Amino acid sequence: MADPMKIRATLQGDVVDVRVLMAHPMETGQRKDAAGKLVPLHFIQTITAQLNGKTVFSADISQAVSRNPVFAFKVKGAKAGDKLSVTWQDNMGEKRTDEVVIRAGS
Amino acid sequence: MHQTRRSFIKAGGAAALLAALGAALLKPGRALAAWNKGAFEAKSALDAMRALGVANAEDSKAIEIRAPEIAENGAVVPIDITSNIPGTTSISVFIEKNPFPYTGTFDFSQGSVPYVHLRVKIGESSPVRVVASAGGKHYTAVKEVKVTIGGCGG
Repeated sequence: MADPMKIRATLQGDVVDVRVLMAHPMETGQRKDAAGKLVPLHFIQTITAQLNGKTVFSADISQAVSRNPVFAFKVKGAKAGDKLSVTWQDNMGEKRTDEVVIRAGS
Repeated sequence: MHQTRRSFIKAGGAAALLAALGAALLKPGRALAAWNKGAFEAKSALDAMRALGVANAEDSKAIEIRAPEIAENGAVVPIDITSNIPGTTSISVFIEKNPFPYTGTFDFSQGSVPYVHLRVKIGESSPVRVVASAGGKHYTAVKEVKVTIGGCGG
């Protein structure tokens, strides 16, 4: 099982700033390991973010996204206390979902 | 040991298929957009844009791309993209000189802001092309990023 994501969702006015850090190797399939063997492709393909169960942001990505991917995006129509969940799935079928409660900003 | 590995791989494959089906059913707007293999495996940005149906994008100054002029480390290049085109529903990114230029598409729904921050690998100095789609039309902008150490060979 993959490590949990770090998600921060902070309300700034009427917009929620979301930052997500995912733990994933994002192997390009071009890198060689210490023994000189190619490390097979292993990368996140799809990401979905839901606000109170409704999809607000989604992405299809390639192996060109850096290792331990970081994404930030902005969601409208939410209030402090609402739930935001993020799900990713990789090319090997591995999947992870994490959820946070939106915090009021300063 | 091998037995477990085999069944793990099988289970993974089945789960991926189910999830793909589920995603297609749940997202009517993107029913055809289940991870566009053809676009992701295209070797040129133009071929990838054709596979996505956005090759006719017109130049626009309303797309802001913030990325370093010179990236010291090609393995982690931060990019911020904002589309100021009203009604933008998706943003796609192409790193033209990467082996597979199409890097991803970000979709915005339920009124989320057409902004995204991501970090990418750039193999050699390359134009970073962004395509924003709004109301069935496509707009594009480019920003050059110079890389001193590539990010693909690792």
